[in-house]
Amino acid sequence: MRKSIALGALLIFFGFLLVAIMNIHSFGYPTNTAMDDYFIRNGQEQTGANNIVTAIVFDYRGYDTIGEATVLFTAVAGVLLALRKGGEEE
Amino acid sequence: MKPMSVIVRTMTRSLYPFILLFGAYLVVHGHLTPGGGFQGGAVAASAIALAIAAFGGTKAYHEKTLALFESGGLLFFLSLGLIGMGVAFMWNFLAGSGSLFGDPVAYGSNPGYLNTAGTIPLMNIAVGLEVVGGLGAIMLAMGSYAFDEDKEVSS
Repeated sequence: MRKSIALGALLIFFGFLLVAIMNIHSFGYPTNTAMDDYFIRNGQEQTGANNIVTAIVFDYRGYDTIGEATVLFTAVAGVLLALRKGGEEE
Repeated sequence: MKPMSVIVRTMTRSLYPFILLFGAYLVVHGHLTPGGGFQGGAVAASAIALAIAAFGGTKAYHEKTLALFESGGLLFFLSLGLIGMGVAFMWNFLAGSGSLFGDPVAYGSNPGYLNTAGTIPLMNIAVGLEVVGGLGAIMLAMGSYAFDEDKEVSS
């Protein structure tokens, strides 16, 4: 009983995925291009960076990059805390 | 950890500076070519991992130094974001100003100059320092704490 319910749910899920992937826009032709066009037209002028990916990551969305750097910092702190030998003075 | 064979150690001695140099190149040219702080820092940290694995030692690196790199990189990044606070958080106050990294850039497709893009190269360097310090400290911890054969691992 539980197996058949799980199988049915899985089939419905994949049905939704199939419908979504069949209705997607073709590759290389996005439907909404306003933001892409803005970055491509003004990115070089506003940030001075030739690499538009870096211009977005470090300038337009620098706040997001601060979050990434903080996540890395926290992860390193956690790993160092977990791997340290306990209660032993060098 | 025990040091690896003499072949590995010799190759590590010759390859190590070039891996570090490639990492530094990726970091510094982040605003011109694919790459950036995270990627270049990971490449440079792989050089540290190679050295630790080949020589089995921890003498060249100290965890305090790497932790200082990590914290200092993050602080540098945050303070660069705060300096631009007069306009907005993370405002690129150096772009096009004529000072450090402030040369005007040619529009359109061009190979680019290193001295452009304002705070972006500085932020790349800050993130690169942080990634080198963080990943290097993890390698050092795994190499020296987890596989210490002289003492018991459990505790």
